[in-house]
Amino acid sequence: MPVPPFSPATATLGGFPAWILFLLIPLAGTGCFAYIMWKRLAPLLRAAPDPRFRQVPARLALVLKIWLGQWRHPRYLLAGVLHIILFFGFLTLGARSTQLVFLGFMKSFPLPLEAVYGPVKDIAAAATFVAVAILAVRRAFFMPERYKVPPAMGRDHTPEALFVLGMILTLLVSESLYEGTLQAAGAGASPALTLPWAFRLMLAGAATPALKGLNLAAYAVHDLTFFFFLCFLPLGKHFHVITSLFNVFFMRVRTGNVKPVRHGIPDSQLDEVKSFGVKKFEDFTWKHILDFYSCVDCGRCTDRCPANFVKRPLSPRFISIKGRDYAFRQYPLVGEGGHEPEHLIGSIYSAEEIWACTTCGACEEECPVGIEYIDKIVDLRRGMVEDGLVPQSIQKPLSAIEKRGNPYGKLEKKRAEWAAKAGPEVKLADAGDTAETLYFVDSISSYDDRMVKIAQATARLLDRSGVDFMVLGKDEKDSGHEVRRFGEEMLFQSLKEQNTEAIKASGATRIVTSDPHAYNSLKNDYEGLPPVAHVSELIAAGIQSGKLKLRPLEEPEKTYTFHDPCYLGRHNGIYDPPREAIDAIPGLKRVEMEGHCRDRSFCCGGGGLNLFHESEEERRMGSVRVEQAHKAGAQVIVTACPYCLTNMEDAIKVAGLEGQMEAIDLCELVDRQLQDK
Amino acid sequence: MEILVCVKRVPDMAENEISLDSGGADIKRDDLVYSVNEWDNYAVEEAIQIVDRVGGNVTVVSVGDADAEEILRREMAMGANQGLLLSDPGFEGSDGAGVAAILAAAVRKGSYDLVLTGALADDGAAQVGGMLAALLDWPYASVVNLIEVKDGALRIGREIEGGAQERSEIDLPCVLSIQTGINEPRYVGIRGIRKVASIEIPVLDGPALGLAAGAVGAGAARVRRADYFVPPAGAGAEMIEGSTAEVAVKLAALLKAKGGIK
Repeated sequence: MPVPPFSPATATLGGFPAWILFLLIPLAGTGCFAYIMWKRLAPLLRAAPDPRFRQVPARLALVLKIWLGQWRHPRYLLAGVLHIILFFGFLTLGARSTQLVFLGFMKSFPLPLEAVYGPVKDIAAAATFVAVAILAVRRAFFMPERYKVPPAMGRDHTPEALFVLGMILTLLVSESLYEGTLQAAGAGASPALTLPWAFRLMLAGAATPALKGLNLAAYAVHDLTFFFFLCFLPLGKHFHVITSLFNVFFMRVRTGNVKPVRHGIPDSQLDEVKSFGVKKFEDFTWKHILDFYSCVDCGRCTDRCPANFVKRPLSPRFISIKGRDYAFRQYPLVGEGGHEPEHLIGSIYSAEEIWACTTCGACEEECPVGIEYIDKIVDLRRGMVEDGLVPQSIQKPLSAIEKRGNPYGKLEKKRAEWAAKAGPEVKLADAGDTAETLYFVDSISSYDDRMVKIAQATARLLDRSGVDFMVLGKDEKDSGHEVRRFGEEMLFQSLKEQNTEAIKASGATRIVTSDPHAYNSLKNDYEGLPPVAHVSELIAAGIQSGKLKLRPLEEPEKTYTFHDPCYLGRHNGIYDPPREAIDAIPGLKRVEMEGHCRDRSFCCGGGGLNLFHESEEERRMGSVRVEQAHKAGAQVIVTACPYCLTNMEDAIKVAGLEGQMEAIDLCELVDRQLQDK
Repeated sequence: MEILVCVKRVPDMAENEISLDSGGADIKRDDLVYSVNEWDNYAVEEAIQIVDRVGGNVTVVSVGDADAEEILRREMAMGANQGLLLSDPGFEGSDGAGVAAILAAAVRKGSYDLVLTGALADDGAAQVGGMLAALLDWPYASVVNLIEVKDGALRIGREIEGGAQERSEIDLPCVLSIQTGINEPRYVGIRGIRKVASIEIPVLDGPALGLAAGAVGAGAARVRRADYFVPPAGAGAEMIEGSTAEVAVKLAALLKAKGGIK
């Protein structure tokens, strides 16, 4: 590289050496930044503990995929691609901006591989420039619906977004002008069609003093903008530029589970915990506050939230934004904070908002920076449950579960009554029978007049597959999956203890369930149980091995679609076995609900206590789902969850589509199509 | 304000399939679960809310055996300050007047400004509140669905036929029977009950209450239960059977035939 003909480090400003100023700017800038970061750290230091420093290899893998690999971005294609350009532009140009800081007071500050890096950063800057321009036009004139701020939620965020895009443009242009002036004076050349190349062409033939002055001005603008930008980031939604790396590193590694009441306190010592859940801001874990800081306000969570779609009073995006704004007010950069109302429910969050969530996980699946919502919602509910603030509609089922082990208040001794009509003999652990496999039925498939058919079909399929199985009978209690997710932790603990004891006493070496909620609970909430499988996995294996032989469809003109239950798909990654089973039926035509299938499945309305809870809403989630299936051209919705089936069948009736649309459980479908039946 | 709320442990009717025992004068109780009478639960919530507004104490009292302690604890977990159990083998078989006499004795032993009861009990006959007020010679209002505290008096509301509201003023001390829907009772979970598990609940028997032997209980009851039965289906009732669609068609035909729809 040729020696630069001039440098800010040797320039003078009115006879005063410029390098002193260019040393003071970074010192002041980093000092200010450090102060802001220290203030931002304050609530995290007072927050609840969360041991997220374990599982480092898995976390690094997430950083590579979600952060560096920008894995989730292209799910929204245009915004995603533009963000990827911006992201890699930032990473590439970050080194250049750092180099420039030093060039203000050092005549040379070489970077490794500068010969390669030089043209790369120029191309990156050009691409970023184009991306920023498109983003600005999009923000100003074609703003997607999901960026809009409802009046109740405060001001529109567009001015901040445009201001930041303006700063990025300023950085790009000033760096390129700095480079271009040097090149016009004979120091090197950038690739064609890059910004420095353009400036070099424009400034070709300009006098050296003019180039020198312009160079100094460009440098000063870049230096000031850079440090202003750095200190501006932690003041709003662009904090994610700093925090996203950490937020992704510390994000959820397991899915399907719920955080313990307090990390570090075993379940057996919960009585010693003074207060349950989140009531005041500092009851959140430090990771949850980091989540608030990291929210980019991109609106993808809310765009995918089924509760929001049916106009329930919940927007996951504003769970984060309201949390962040609260943190900024309560822990201000200057002056004394602590003036905010202590209780979050009734101040920044409403009870209805927190009860509106079905914990379907669509928001978490979508978030490009790994923000968690389910644990926050559950923790806020735990706080409300402890204070007695539980909707009347779910108090009765909770009390029935406490007394009878099922939300309907039906008699324990009738729990296995469905088995009498199953066909094959069903062994009962409570009658002293033993078997290798335990079929955990759970409440709805044990008692609900319609859903017992799933239990009966499951029993026949297990029998046909040659599985030696039993059920717990009256010793089985509700799995407590929704009890826990509705925040009634102590009731869940009691159910977990009773079920664990009964399962262990049964001597089973494997558990199978036809209910994804029971499956998720036994697999991810309980500990020390034999391995748990969902029946769809057994069905797929049975078909593969030839034990389950299926006959052709009687009505081949009907088109089928599969609705992924949230707790089978998103939370546990079981997408393919049910599809394989459906596709194994000769003559069956299956379509996907494109854009709403697999990990983007639209929740049916939720299971367990969600069936009892009446949230304010404009329409049922189930009816949206049935409409999606209808639009995809399906007449039969296959699902693999008794709650999904309940919601779908109700929605079909409400929509008046009886006769045109039907819903069926995977077990019922496969059972119906068994050969020699 | 010192408030006493009378609560009763009742079989959970909504959750239980009730059947008669072989004697025919009672229901089978083996498979029953019990809870606090729903109306009483609203009364306790109302008492707690009044005390939150104007200060004071809430005491919950129940006439029953040792099992009744469970519901007293549940109400204490809601926020009642103390419990009181009135228990004596001699109380068994009391009629409404007997229960009212036992409660009246307990009221006289304290210094309460207000006594609340549920409007009725799942297994009761809505008698105790009024009788208790009469025995105490206190003013009484029933089926109350609103309470505002005034100076030395209460302004109370009652829903009357057709959905209209009535407002009355009642002097303190008084007895009120509380209607459901007056508030939204708070939830009590296992954790709440455990928190009050070690609080002692005083038990008062007949002599402690100053009740003469034989003044209450089966021997003194002037109302006795004679029979329990499921009434036979009366003439004119017709059960429509079949699938939902068939039932709908038959129902529509019937309604048309009888002039219900045209």
